[in-house]
Amino acid sequence: MSLLIPDSGLLFWMVIVFGIVFVILAKYGFPMITGMVDERKQYIDQSLLAAREANEQLANIKSDSEAILAKAHEEQARILKEAVATRERILKEAKTQAQVEGQKLLDEAKRQIRAEKDSAVSDIRRQVAVLSVDIAEKVLRKNLDDEKKQMEMIDRLLDELTVSKH
Amino acid sequence: MRSIRYIGAILALLVVFLQEANAGEETDTGLKNRQVDVNEIVFGHIGDSYEWHITDIGATPVAIPLPVIVKSNRTGWHIFLSSRFEEENGEYKGLYIAKEGEYKGKIVEKDANGREVKPLDISITKNVAGLFINSTILVILVLGCARWYRRHPVEKEAPKGIVGMMEACILSINEDVIRGCIGKDYRRYSPYLLTAFFFILVNNLMGLIPFFPGGANITGNIAITLVLAVCTFLAVNIWGNKEYWKEILWPDVPWWLKVPFPMMPVIELFGIFTKPFALMIRLFANMMAGHAAILSLISIIFITANMGPLINGSMGLVAVVFGIFMTALELLVAFIQAYVFTMLSAVFIGLSRQEAHGGKEIR
Repeated sequence: MSLLIPDSGLLFWMVIVFGIVFVILAKYGFPMITGMVDERKQYIDQSLLAAREANEQLANIKSDSEAILAKAHEEQARILKEAVATRERILKEAKTQAQVEGQKLLDEAKRQIRAEKDSAVSDIRRQVAVLSVDIAEKVLRKNLDDEKKQMEMIDRLLDELTVSKH
Repeated sequence: MRSIRYIGAILALLVVFLQEANAGEETDTGLKNRQVDVNEIVFGHIGDSYEWHITDIGATPVAIPLPVIVKSNRTGWHIFLSSRFEEENGEYKGLYIAKEGEYKGKIVEKDANGREVKPLDISITKNVAGLFINSTILVILVLGCARWYRRHPVEKEAPKGIVGMMEACILSINEDVIRGCIGKDYRRYSPYLLTAFFFILVNNLMGLIPFFPGGANITGNIAITLVLAVCTFLAVNIWGNKEYWKEILWPDVPWWLKVPFPMMPVIELFGIFTKPFALMIRLFANMMAGHAAILSLISIIFITANMGPLINGSMGLVAVVFGIFMTALELLVAFIQAYVFTMLSAVFIGLSRQEAHGGKEIR
């Protein structure tokens, strides 16, 4: 039964030793370790949070850049379209202007040609008149030496005139 | 497969060796007829002593003498080494170790009437010395870990090796057992419970080492478990909240169980003391029984020494196999008992801290 009766000496030392061990470990041992583990846990949590935020930011940047790129594409397309339209417009304008200009030139040319023709015609007429008068003079001078012939001539001419008039 | 073969070979060698030793012993007439007192061996190892006995070489015991500190009622304080008893033929300044009677194995003296009385005895006995050694190991282990954390900033690295193992143990006890059982203000109790856990664990494991720095049956001594149980008792009852005391003094039971005769309060009050008492007995009995079982198994070899080589050899083999099994089991028990003590302490503390469960009173 001596096993079941606590020995006073051992009890005394146990109280002292366990008390000292408890004070040392409770003050410098376990709170230190658990505190550091908690700190590490917090650090890991923070790191995870920071990583998530960084990821989100990265995603934001990506979407932002995509938006900018899309906008740039749009702008490019718009500018190209405008350029095409401008070219078309300029071309059209140039064409109409050229047409107008050409027409004007053509009209001018036509007018000049007509004027030239008119003057040429009147010139020819004058020449023809002079020539015919000259020829007539020469013919008349040769044939109208006698009277008879002169009369014949006049008659024929009169006939011709009357015939042509009918 | 290979390792099993090796173990078999070693056991066979052991049997042969035992038979040889047995054969040698036959010629030694002095030892031949000595009866093996198993009771003496087992209780000698389980109990306390004033010297740390290591082994016997022939007939001379090899032991480390330990300091004896005694306050005699008649002659005052005495501090001397336990080896003095042998030098002085068993009696030193009127003090001697009782061979029998009420104080068997303890230092006693004779009072004026010639009766044996026990002086105030705070000797550094085997258990006290073991307690010192194990506590030193525990403090070094834990403070070493704490030092590692002081040296290594938290954001640089996590511990590996022994510190990592300690951290895993501390965390599993702290998170699973202590926080799980106590609840929100577990931080106040976790230093005590962690100290208790590692104190019991280190002492249990050291008790399993059969030679000098270990081998003392510390947690299998009721004085040790008594102190631990008292600590838990204090932790439960000093910081118990109003709800806890209400549950004890005026529990939610039908009124006739508490009004004419306060039956439930008496039972509950009794329960305050039985809980730590159970803690004390559980740890003590488990560890003591484990030591006793291993020692008894090993004693089989010496009991059968006189029964001839065949019986001795085969029983030796059986004893060794069962001894290995028991030691492995005790390794497990060393952890389980420390765990159970901590867990139950945490549960009792948790019960003393629980909030009022509103509205579900039984009338």
